[in-house]
Amino acid sequence: MSTLKGSGPQTSDAPTPEDAFHEAAALDAREGEPPHGSGNGGPVLAADGTPLKRSLARALRAQKMRALALIAPLLIFVLLTFIAPIADMLFRSVENQIVRDTLPRTVEALADWDDTSGELPDDAVFDAAYTDIFLAAEYKLHTRLGSRLNYELTGVSSLFRKSGRGLDDIGEVYLDQFEDLDENWDEALPWAELMGTADSVAAYKAWVAAEENDEDFNDPIPAFEMRDDIADVLPRTAEAYSRFATFVRDEDEDSPFEEEPWTLVVTRLYEDLRDGDVSSYDGPRAEMLKAADALVDSPDFETADLKTAFGEIDEDWLDLRVWETIKMYSPAYTNGYFLNAVDMQKTTDGPALRDEDERIYGLLFKRTMFMSLVITFSCIALAYPVAYLLSTLPMRTANLLMILVLLPFWTSLLVRTSAWKVMLQQQGVINDVLVWLGLVADDGRLVMINNQLGTIIAMTHILLPFMILPMYSVMSTIPPSYVRAAKSLGATNWTAFWRVYFPQSVPGIGAGSILVFILSIGYYITPEIVGGTTGTFISNRIAYHISSSLNWGLAAALGTILLAVVLILYWAYDKIVGIDNVKLGG
Amino acid sequence: MAVETKAVKQPLQFSAPMVGLAGAFAGIFVGAANGSVLLGIILGFAILALLAFIALGVLDPKLEKPFKWGLIGVMALAGLLLGSLPGLVVGAIFGWFFGWFIYWIGMGRHRVPLQPYLTSGQVLWEYSFRVIAGAIFVFLITPILVVMPLSFNAEDFFTFTPEMLRFDPEGYSLKHYRDFFTSSEWQQALRNSLIIAPLATLLSVSFGTLAAIGLSSEHVPFRRAIMAILISPMIVPLIISAAGMYFFYSRIGLQGTLMGVVLAHAALGIPFVIITVTATLVGFDRSLTRAAANMGADPVTTFFRVQMPLILPGVISGGLFAFITSFDEVVVVIFVGSAQQQTLPWQMFTGLREQISPTILAVATILVAISIMLLTTVEILRRRSEKMRGMSPG
Repeated sequence: MSTLKGSGPQTSDAPTPEDAFHEAAALDAREGEPPHGSGNGGPVLAADGTPLKRSLARALRAQKMRALALIAPLLIFVLLTFIAPIADMLFRSVENQIVRDTLPRTVEALADWDDTSGELPDDAVFDAAYTDIFLAAEYKLHTRLGSRLNYELTGVSSLFRKSGRGLDDIGEVYLDQFEDLDENWDEALPWAELMGTADSVAAYKAWVAAEENDEDFNDPIPAFEMRDDIADVLPRTAEAYSRFATFVRDEDEDSPFEEEPWTLVVTRLYEDLRDGDVSSYDGPRAEMLKAADALVDSPDFETADLKTAFGEIDEDWLDLRVWETIKMYSPAYTNGYFLNAVDMQKTTDGPALRDEDERIYGLLFKRTMFMSLVITFSCIALAYPVAYLLSTLPMRTANLLMILVLLPFWTSLLVRTSAWKVMLQQQGVINDVLVWLGLVADDGRLVMINNQLGTIIAMTHILLPFMILPMYSVMSTIPPSYVRAAKSLGATNWTAFWRVYFPQSVPGIGAGSILVFILSIGYYITPEIVGGTTGTFISNRIAYHISSSLNWGLAAALGTILLAVVLILYWAYDKIVGIDNVKLGG
Repeated sequence: MAVETKAVKQPLQFSAPMVGLAGAFAGIFVGAANGSVLLGIILGFAILALLAFIALGVLDPKLEKPFKWGLIGVMALAGLLLGSLPGLVVGAIFGWFFGWFIYWIGMGRHRVPLQPYLTSGQVLWEYSFRVIAGAIFVFLITPILVVMPLSFNAEDFFTFTPEMLRFDPEGYSLKHYRDFFTSSEWQQALRNSLIIAPLATLLSVSFGTLAAIGLSSEHVPFRRAIMAILISPMIVPLIISAAGMYFFYSRIGLQGTLMGVVLAHAALGIPFVIITVTATLVGFDRSLTRAAANMGADPVTTFFRVQMPLILPGVISGGLFAFITSFDEVVVVIFVGSAQQQTLPWQMFTGLREQISPTILAVATILVAISIMLLTTVEILRRRSEKMRGMSPG
């Protein structure tokens, strides 16, 4: 390997445009000086008459461009298929749009609430939450938000699921009373007449008539259009009804002409009638509206207080922590996932450590580091003698033995993992042999799998070639004469090894260790199969959060931390060994 | 080795106890298997020391061959009495080993490969060192060797059955191989692997080779940064790549498609192609391309007729690395793929987690055979290319 740079055809000896460029530059510089004797003057010219310097610069630029053009396709490919996904993961670890997108009004209303006051938010917040959660439930988004917030406060998931159903009850109170007054309040068309333009209502009626007369009539229902002036009389009702109309058209692919409105709309109607005055209204269905207004103003009209109603759906709504959590996670970006990943949580007083018994990730990170270190050290211990032997044996024998190192290196990871599973099981090969030899009693079989020991043994085996190969390539460059010289100067065997040989082999140990450590802290498959519960790594937790608990943000945050550790090591590896010097297969 | 060391017959008071010690070591196991470790150690020491005394002190040195054969016979018979058929095999191996060992120690043959001036302590250390290294080689290779015979198990066990140990033909069968070749799930997985891996290899080799040629030119700006990006798929932990790809590919609709898996695997294979091809290009003489251009070849012709044939070994071995990366890959495919893209490793992973049947071992054996083939190819190519560049003495 030491001959790699010296022998063989080398390009660096051949003149290149760059060398020529420097020479030309030097020439020019000399010409710029006061004349010494050569009075020719003027720059050196190339064959085509341009100054040599410029024409060489052009050649150099062309070469650079050609090299970049060759690299560009792969670079773009890697950026798109690999770097972009990693960037996406980094983004997800802080992204938190869901609360803001699902509960926009609540988030805005909560901004004024002082979460350290110890009091529940005011009615405006409950009112906003009523609209937001009602809409979210209709669009079936509330369960997603519920599971998102459930990561931060257990129980929120079921709270949102319950509320999605329960919020209908609030409007039912008013709807029932309006319905008792006039059946039309529970019909689709009267509402549409109240809210829609005269033209669109007329078009719909014509459509109904046409459909009754003709069996083959297949035209779609005419579009519904909101009337502008209704918003002056019933502002909140109009807003809620227009949301409803959009929903019915886009999600249900139906028409407000044929669907009775949400109970949310009825609640808003009650509020408008309570606060406003409809006596001046003379549009369609004015009678019906005025009758309802009279009913609302009568003292027997039953009303429901929003806060109480929320409390009836689930008393958790009267729990300060729910509102604190919503407020805390309302910004579009959060550090909450990262805090979770390091066993902390957001509180109203800022980030704080979790309770002792809830801290799992710190333990997992420590365990990952500890086990990776153990694996690295056992790899060093096992690889050193092998690499030494390989580098001192004659070439032919060394090549033969090298096969024993390369064969596991080339064998599928799953083959080796399954082999270890087969060997380490309690009914496995090693235990069977030990029992057969009588070294272990049949009922005292060793537990070597589904714990840390299993992971360490299997991973040491799997990563051992990655340690042997760099060590070997360093050791085979150490001249044996140094040790002989040390001995002939009177060093003992140990001194000769420790003071002369070992320091020269350190680069190999360094390269191998970083490589093995980087590979082992990110391992997933082997710990998953032989690690049980105590022998798993942080990667297994990441996989769990992606595929089972679906807490992608936390998975991304854990992944980001792991990635940062690996990148630091990668950088160190690059500094110490150099990326270009990675060798495969000896 | 410049200085020849002669084999000198060792004194009996050295060889007999040495052989006895080895016998005591073997006695631990024989004793343990038959009830008493202590008795095993004592008897082992006594018997072997006595045998060494007979062979070296009593018998004529010319009787070496007959003595060795006799020892194999006697030990095999003793093994048969103690432990039936497996005992016979173990006994014969013991007999062969001790026959060789007695003369190796006694006639001083163990000193032949070493320098003549070593003290006996150094000789002992030298051989203990080799035994330790040997044990590590065993550690490296045993798991693979254990899997192969187990895959011929007639039962659905993951360990050697008594029938197998008795070398009873009944204990062996090809049924797990039959399972593999008849089960539609495994066949589908094999087909998927054989579709995905070559496609991914093709992508990474074609992009990778071009880029490696670009990178080997001397005037690449940001060379280090580009190299770091291109090598990163090899360094970033697979679970992180898998997570990122899962998130990103689901955004752009590639998650759960064959295309997605192929692209992901191609990205993972690229570092291997880059590394091997740039290493090959170190020895490539650029004046050859200049010469070709001088004689009127356009860049494309130069590439295919001059450069490509010379770097082909590197390209092929890079391709094999990329192939095996994709063929072995399981983490990314689990996340990026869906049930229709289930590959062999994925199927094995599921099988291992749920412990269905030793069919996995049959598949493992087939995969080992494939790796041996690939390893041989790569080694041949590597040596060839090194020879072509005049770098390897071998």
